[in-house]
Amino acid sequence: MIFWKLFYTFCKIGIFNFGGGYAMIALIQNEVVEKNGWMTAAEFTDIVATSQVTPGPIGINVATYAGYTSVVNAGYDPFWGVAGAFLASFSVVLLPFLLMLIVGRFLLKHKENPVVKTVMSVLKLTVVGLIAAAAALLVNPETFGTWTASPLQFCLSIALFAAAFFASLKWKTSPILLIVLAGAVGFVAYYLM
Amino acid sequence: MVSLWQLFWSFFKIGTFTLGGGYAMIPLMEKELVDRHRWLTGDDFLDIITLSQTMPGIFAANMAVHIGWRMRGVPGAVIALLGNILVPILIILALAMGLHYLQGNAVVEAVFKGVRPVVVALIAAPVFRMAKTAKISRYNFWIPVLAALLIWLLGVSPIWVILAAGIGGFVYGKYLEKKEVLP
Repeated sequence: MIFWKLFYTFCKIGIFNFGGGYAMIALIQNEVVEKNGWMTAAEFTDIVATSQVTPGPIGINVATYAGYTSVVNAGYDPFWGVAGAFLASFSVVLLPFLLMLIVGRFLLKHKENPVVKTVMSVLKLTVVGLIAAAAALLVNPETFGTWTASPLQFCLSIALFAAAFFASLKWKTSPILLIVLAGAVGFVAYYLM
Repeated sequence: MVSLWQLFWSFFKIGTFTLGGGYAMIPLMEKELVDRHRWLTGDDFLDIITLSQTMPGIFAANMAVHIGWRMRGVPGAVIALLGNILVPILIILALAMGLHYLQGNAVVEAVFKGVRPVVVALIAAPVFRMAKTAKISRYNFWIPVLAALLIWLLGVSPIWVILAAGIGGFVYGKYLEKKEVLP
């Protein structure tokens, strides 16, 4: 039953997410693409791109969109897709919501606790590896194309990747601008030409 | 007392008018909650940021839940959270339906073909940015490397990796880390 799995999966993603939106993207990628096969890597990157250029927390946006896509890909009609979208976003905030209410005020008093600080610094380090793995898993023919199928797409993909990576690190260029520019390049290179 | 409607409206504005994810909401939240309504002091606000980063889940949602709870208890927490995420959910849902409908459309496919490698770059770049804030050194660099290899090459679920890191960090912090000796 996909709805139960969706609920369980996104509850898990919510409660195990330490380290912000990109960490959550890594968790969602692993659960919905690698583990459950609810969508392809290409579909997933499309979801991340769309979620970056619309308002709101990235984690909520990706969860909502992924909930919809998972259900529709499983063969249900869009009505159930909408239900899946609401279910995924509800599930992803449910456990953190309860935890914030129950232990939030306690933790606020103990924020200088050395054990809490050590746990957080180890988690921060781990999350760096988590995101690196997600990026590595997303480098594949679905997202970059292949040399044999289309040398143009393959080379352009690598150039766009390198340019965006450099601009993001060096100049802190806004992800929204980079996505819009890449979309324009894609439109010219793959549609007009 | 702050009305629930007022709380909803403030978080509605914060959620609806920020592009660029949860952390981009911080300046707008500060302006609305600290400067404009004076519901929180600047110190309280910084403490709540630290708390929301420490707790699992979605940063902006955690902020909304805690601040809503402070203002009006559990109903306040629910209302602030809803206000914060309602419009983003509806917008992304409309886009999801529209793009699904357009699946196979040559223009949409061309645009996304260009966008996909950039998304991968946008996920790869924070690895290097976060490596600095996570204070990677020659003593601890094996932690992120091991985590990445377990997930990438061995297919271990990130959930297990996080669980192991949490338990490992706890054991280390509680029993092994050198305790500061008072002079």
